[in-house]
Amino acid sequence: MFKLRRDPANQPNSWRTDNLPAWGLFFVSPWIIGFVAFTVYPFIASLYYSFTNFNIINLTPRWVGLDNYVELFTADPLFWTSISNSIRYAALLLVFATVFDIFIAYLLSQNVKFLSIYRTIFFFPVLVPVVAASLTWIWILNPRFGLMNGLLELIGIKGPNWLASPDTAMYALIFIGVWGSGRQVIVYLSGFNDIPRQLYEAADIDGASGLQKFWRITLPLLSPQIFFNVVTLIIFSLQSFSEVYIMTQGGPANSTLLYAVNLYNRAFRDYAMGYASALAWIMFLLILGLTLIIFKFLAGRVIYER
Amino acid sequence: MAVVQPAAPGRRAMTDEERNYLLLQRLRSLIKHAVLIIFGIAFMLPFVWMISSSVKPNIDIFEIPVRLLPKSLRLENYIDATEAIPFWQYLWNSTYYTIFATIGSVLSNTFIAYGFARVRWRGRNVVFIIVIATMMLPFQVRMIPLYILFARIGWLNSFLPLIVPNFFGNAFYIFLMRQFMMTLPKELDDAARIDGASEWGIFWRIAVPLSKPAILTVAIFEIIHTWHDFIGPLVYLRHPTKYTLSIGLRLYFTQYGAEWGLLMAAAAMFTIPMVIFFFIAQRSFIEGITLTGLKG
Repeated sequence: MFKLRRDPANQPNSWRTDNLPAWGLFFVSPWIIGFVAFTVYPFIASLYYSFTNFNIINLTPRWVGLDNYVELFTADPLFWTSISNSIRYAALLLVFATVFDIFIAYLLSQNVKFLSIYRTIFFFPVLVPVVAASLTWIWILNPRFGLMNGLLELIGIKGPNWLASPDTAMYALIFIGVWGSGRQVIVYLSGFNDIPRQLYEAADIDGASGLQKFWRITLPLLSPQIFFNVVTLIIFSLQSFSEVYIMTQGGPANSTLLYAVNLYNRAFRDYAMGYASALAWIMFLLILGLTLIIFKFLAGRVIYER
Repeated sequence: MAVVQPAAPGRRAMTDEERNYLLLQRLRSLIKHAVLIIFGIAFMLPFVWMISSSVKPNIDIFEIPVRLLPKSLRLENYIDATEAIPFWQYLWNSTYYTIFATIGSVLSNTFIAYGFARVRWRGRNVVFIIVIATMMLPFQVRMIPLYILFARIGWLNSFLPLIVPNFFGNAFYIFLMRQFMMTLPKELDDAARIDGASEWGIFWRIAVPLSKPAILTVAIFEIIHTWHDFIGPLVYLRHPTKYTLSIGLRLYFTQYGAEWGLLMAAAAMFTIPMVIFFFIAQRSFIEGITLTGLKG
């Protein structure tokens, strides 16, 4: 009897836990190796570089303490410009994309015909490679021969030089960002489709208005999708680089100089690696802080139970 | 205009209230479709403009007023586009990068996710939390040291810095596949163990075949990601023979301005593989996005 108990075949739950820890490590070992080589090492190295004057001239990094950080905060106007541009870009994109995508997803959730065609259309911009899309947008926004101003002319408006004017360039980029946010429409649509119809029917019986139903049923039950989309959109838009780098290079007059573009310029145009590493660490702390704030204030309000 | 509604057999005639309700429903449906169609067209316009410009002769490109659809076709733009820059070389580079990055992602993430989803070991949850936490680290922090590291070991101007890290897993894909593998019934593993299968056998003969939808999702995401990738090639591929299409397209800009017709033709050829790919894999695509959005 005692012997039988020790027989692993009789203890299907415990023998997997205790006798085979090696198998678990075996399977996750590629991640552990990659984590050390491609995450831990660069992280520590980046922190170290940020305290050095590592650049194209000083190829052997020399410790300069907090100099880079002091310069950043006190003597680099581009740092503040790029921070405020990035926050403005992320905030406006968040508002416009969220409202627009929920609106479209809501329409699509109402038993429309040709759903799969519409869904494909709104998802389509996601398929266009970011470089192809950006170059096409440069051409669309061409002040004289572009489609945008051509269409505006039809209704008698003389369009501006979108990407070359500091007043409009940022809004053009946000507009393009909303155009490319179809991934979110799909996520919201799945959220709408998961809301049980009975809830609306019950609300109808109680005489709830359309607006009440939206605030009391739809929005709370959509909160997991909203939460997911808001968090990913903030993190991604604060790191936005490619579209802006291709379309405006941060110009005109630094009006679209996003944080990541400034960082790239410092690192790979000026080869100021130490300084750029300090920029990267500020970015990391900024994103970390924002994410924690979002989790603290929003995560508790998300309703997962149905 | 009075709409005469004949009373259906066995039913009373509609009251005014019911009629108004039906009318309202129809009006709402009409508005809904109108809004969707307007936005739908607006969303497709950039793509229409890309294709339309790609077949316009140069003289029509710079025509005022702007014409959405071309009045004459010049399909030679597509041939000229492949000759103005080393187009086929760049297309091949993009394809090469995509194939190997995807192979690496599929292999490593399936393997790693199995270790988190199906094998129990001490410390598993702690390590998994670390995996999730790495998702929040911006690429920019790792970019500079990795660049210096790869430069020192002589990997610049090769695809190795872009491909090799893919063989070591990615937090987002590990998360996605783990969530999927957790839903597979545990009884299958136990049954296989009683039949004498090893842990490796269970992974290879049970988990992998059953995880096909998740594997496909990872493959789809990675194919799109790599094909689109701009910053990776921008940082690591400095030599013109190594450019991918993402980097190469800028060569259509000359000091005299852009060759818009050729550029749009090249952009279309760069985009169309993704469109075909989407239509082939559409269902897994949508399911994949839904999966990531829901379980977030």
